[in-house]
Amino acid sequence: MVDIPEHLLIKTAEARAKALGISVEQALAEMKGEAEPTTISKEPEVIDVKPIEVKEAPAPAAEVKEAPAPAAAVKTDIPAEVEFAPETRVTQRLLTVVKAKPIQKPTSEPVDKVNTWPHLMLPEFISLMAMTAFLIFISAILQAPLLEEANPNITPNPAKAPWYFLGLQELLSYWDPQIAGVMIPLIIGVVAFMAIPYIDRNKDNKPSKRKYAIMLWTFFLAGAGTLSLIGILFRGPGWNWTYPWIDGVWFDDLLDWVHFE
Amino acid sequence: MKNEKIKFRDRVKDISAGLGDSLKESSLWGSIFRPGSPFRKGYSDSPRNRSYVVMNNVLYHLHPVKVKRHGVRLSYTLCLGGLSFFTFIVLTITGIWLMFYFRPTEMAYVDIQSLQTSIAFGSLVRNMHRWAAHIMVIVVFLHMSRVFYHGAYKAPREFNWVIGVILLLLTLLLSFTGYLLPWDQLAIWAVTVGGNMASYTPVIGAQVKFALFAGLEATEATLLRFYVLHVLFLPFIIVIFMAIHFWRVRKDGGISGPL
Repeated sequence: MVDIPEHLLIKTAEARAKALGISVEQALAEMKGEAEPTTISKEPEVIDVKPIEVKEAPAPAAEVKEAPAPAAAVKTDIPAEVEFAPETRVTQRLLTVVKAKPIQKPTSEPVDKVNTWPHLMLPEFISLMAMTAFLIFISAILQAPLLEEANPNITPNPAKAPWYFLGLQELLSYWDPQIAGVMIPLIIGVVAFMAIPYIDRNKDNKPSKRKYAIMLWTFFLAGAGTLSLIGILFRGPGWNWTYPWIDGVWFDDLLDWVHFE
Repeated sequence: MKNEKIKFRDRVKDISAGLGDSLKESSLWGSIFRPGSPFRKGYSDSPRNRSYVVMNNVLYHLHPVKVKRHGVRLSYTLCLGGLSFFTFIVLTITGIWLMFYFRPTEMAYVDIQSLQTSIAFGSLVRNMHRWAAHIMVIVVFLHMSRVFYHGAYKAPREFNWVIGVILLLLTLLLSFTGYLLPWDQLAIWAVTVGGNMASYTPVIGAQVKFALFAGLEATEATLLRFYVLHVLFLPFIIVIFMAIHFWRVRKDGGISGPL
């Protein structure tokens, strides 16, 4: 049972005293269980509404259950000593105290938001235009490579994969091809990448709280970048080490790099 | 700051100022531009209209009406996700244009040569397609790195990261299949090297290479196979995954952060 504040108890006791024609102190004592109750037990259940009238009167709870004619039932069963009409009889009592709190509980903090138009769409539009301008510009000055027609009988030396696979091709030159060529891209490239969010259970996204993850990714970037650069710039005929500033570059994507027309 | 705002509002108001009032008042104009469009007569910069601009446009409503303030800072995303999508659109447009002049047969090399020499803008569009393809691979990878550094793959966005990895793979496959199409020495040998890597797959290596090349080595049958993969199959698949990716961004609570 909730602790009922004193002022509410007194208010209720006054109402009860008025209804039953007893003194306020008497009602209060009854409610606290210090005196023999005129009507009911000292511990009213919140749900199970018990009558507040004298014992002979029918219980209001029964009234509710036995609708539809409660008013008539009350009228006929009023004890003679009760002077006033039942409609005006004060029958309120304290059932429970509901503490003041909001109905809806916010689960997250309100977020500072701005309108998409114009605050997001304008920068977005500008960056798209900048990308288009950049693309047209480099396409005008850089000619895409086109070598001689494909000939399966003439193998170029070295034969290089597309640039984004050159890091892998570089790995392939160190290790057993079954490890470097397939197992590494398959396991690291696909399965491990996809599993990252399920492995990293750290909920924090602050960089200072996830130094280890950031370090790992940076190592990966540095490793992949180094291997790719070696494959692109430092590998010549026979996949031998060459220096681009001494021996030249074997990378046909860069061939005919500057286009004058 | 306040002065700048007023200037911007005036500019927005005047987007279609050059057009005659009679045109803008016509029912035809009003039927094309839905309420809230800045091109519509009587557009004013109000919160209500700012919402309508996004809601009443089939393309813009990929976006929510409001976004988190930190997310619109250019330095937060560097626009990398948007630029990945945009380069894909550029590649689709230039790619469709190139399809008019290209046959995936023994004529492929001749077609590319004549595209560069005798077709208006042929060289420019081919260059745009090729450089945009390289840019897309780079931008998609940078987008992935940005997402990692922001920890944006964490709950509830775990699965969208998985879809993102699939999109990266599809991007690489699209680039790889397109690499063969010019049918020059660079194309055939780069693809041969790539195919040989696939042949090192344990147990089914030979079968993987055979399925990829439509034979034992890169031939014209391979060219046709890569062509269909490049212009139809892979774009079809990647668009489905992009749709899921964008939808999940919204459903998982928009952009992550702030840090």
